[in-house]
Amino acid sequence: MLTLTALVKQFGANRAVDGLSLSVGKGEVFGLLGPNGAGKTTTSEILEGLLQPDAGDVEVLGLRWASHERALRERLGIQLQETQLADKLSVEETLRLFRSFYAHGREVSALLGLVELEGKRKSWVSQLSGGQKQRLSVACALAGAPDLLFLDEPTTGLDPQSRRQLWGVLERFRADGGTILLTTHSMDEAEALCNRVAIVDRGKVIAQGSPQDLIASLGAPKVVTTQGTLEDVFMTLTGRHLREE
Amino acid sequence: MRSSRGGALHPLIELTLARLRELIREPEALFWAFVFPIVMSVAMAVAFPSSGDRPVAVGVLAGPTAETTMRVLAAVPGVDPRTLDEAGGLRALREGAVDLLVVPSDPPEYRFDPGRPESRLARLLVDERLKGAAGRVEPWTARDQPMTVPGSRYVDWLIPGLVGMGIMSTGVWGIAFSIVQARTRKLLKRMVASPMRKSQYLLAQVLARMVFLVPEVALPLVFGVYVLGMPIQGSVLAILGVSVVGALAFGGVGLLIGSRVKTFEAVSGLVNLVLLPMWIASGVFFAASKFPNAVQPLVQALPLTAVVDALRAVILEGAPLSAVAGELMLLAVWGVVPFLMALRIFRWR
Repeated sequence: MLTLTALVKQFGANRAVDGLSLSVGKGEVFGLLGPNGAGKTTTSEILEGLLQPDAGDVEVLGLRWASHERALRERLGIQLQETQLADKLSVEETLRLFRSFYAHGREVSALLGLVELEGKRKSWVSQLSGGQKQRLSVACALAGAPDLLFLDEPTTGLDPQSRRQLWGVLERFRADGGTILLTTHSMDEAEALCNRVAIVDRGKVIAQGSPQDLIASLGAPKVVTTQGTLEDVFMTLTGRHLREE
Repeated sequence: MRSSRGGALHPLIELTLARLRELIREPEALFWAFVFPIVMSVAMAVAFPSSGDRPVAVGVLAGPTAETTMRVLAAVPGVDPRTLDEAGGLRALREGAVDLLVVPSDPPEYRFDPGRPESRLARLLVDERLKGAAGRVEPWTARDQPMTVPGSRYVDWLIPGLVGMGIMSTGVWGIAFSIVQARTRKLLKRMVASPMRKSQYLLAQVLARMVFLVPEVALPLVFGVYVLGMPIQGSVLAILGVSVVGALAFGGVGLLIGSRVKTFEAVSGLVNLVLLPMWIASGVFFAASKFPNAVQPLVQALPLTAVVDALRAVILEGAPLSAVAGELMLLAVWGVVPFLMALRIFRWR
């Protein structure tokens, strides 16, 4: 689905990406992990065709940006961390706008259902909670029924319910045969979603593999918690069932 | 169309609709586009009534013979004399409260600013009457036949100017601001990450502007005609033609201003820098011909001068579009050149 070889990107004196290579197969949920400033966002923006690399080879869906930009844009779903959608458009209007950019894709009503925003159809974006805005943003990325979905820190700043709700959306996308590349600095998000992760630091991949293998490779005594985690308790008490904030 | 785009319309239509919705849901934008020109024309009509209605204000310096002079002047229709002391007289002259100060002596002395046409007029009128009172015999008295030409009042002249100014302000502000807003919110970046065509985004900005143009031009004109009794000599089609070409010109300018700027502060500064000279120099409030000959080529090359001149020719003189072809050509250049420049340097991220 996606191959990166010896990627380099320099911003002035700062080498944001420094010889990074990775590949993602069909149906995978691949996580780019790392602290802020590690080069995750730069790497994904190069993959998304928004930045030109200084060196290295980029192949997405077997195509290259220079020769197949339009075909790629039709088949990719891209969600950017810092995008703020127009405040004074409704959820449905925003989705219709994004849907109109794609020649093929889902029905707007199906998208609303997919991210559980039917009840907010007529609400302005400014009236949505953080989690709802984020789900709308993901729905815009899903508008063209993409083969490959890019997500940049999709759950940063969300409360646990909203996180789980968004994870549910992504799991359904994957179950339908979609591939996801997401950047995150949340380890539990990577554990919950990704079947493979690459840990990036200073523009290089420093470890790669499934979350379980990486934990095992650390050799650290893993505490086995049969009673679950604190988050599970919180979710049980405050309502595991998805609810509209 | 529904089936191929999953319930959405053509992207150009959806982009235009999105822009229109944002505009309609922004009360401030509506105020500046629709209410402001009307408030302005009412305010200007009140502040500057037709000069013919205004009496000639004459000050008479207090003194032993002031009484006689006052009596003579008070009998003249259209003259409003008042007695003033030395200091008060000078202040009234300076502030324009009186056009002329008469020092009643034999012969009288007139104090006035020859640079003010009203003062020169007052001097002639007062001089004639005082000489008459002193015994000059008039060879004859002409018959005056007052004629009012429709559309000759200041407010009639002002309204087309305000319409032109509105076409400029809303066009430049609306387009530059909406682009910079989308850029600062990283919405532009998000949209170019999708298969959206950049040309359609830019075209939609201009199209939405065109939809708004009709009520924006019509409202002040309808107000002018029905409330202020302004005559419209030209055809509605010609007015619309000039407005559309003007709006395209300012659309190009707005696009260029918004093409790279990343912050609201920067775009506000740039827009003011571009618009302010035109507010002053393009003859919205007073005739552009009042500027010295040396700067006339510059004044005449401004797009607002062209819009305002063409609108006045069409509205007040009933000129057909062919008569304002020069202005329209100039506006077309103002529309196309900045648009092409904007396309080249536009920053989508």
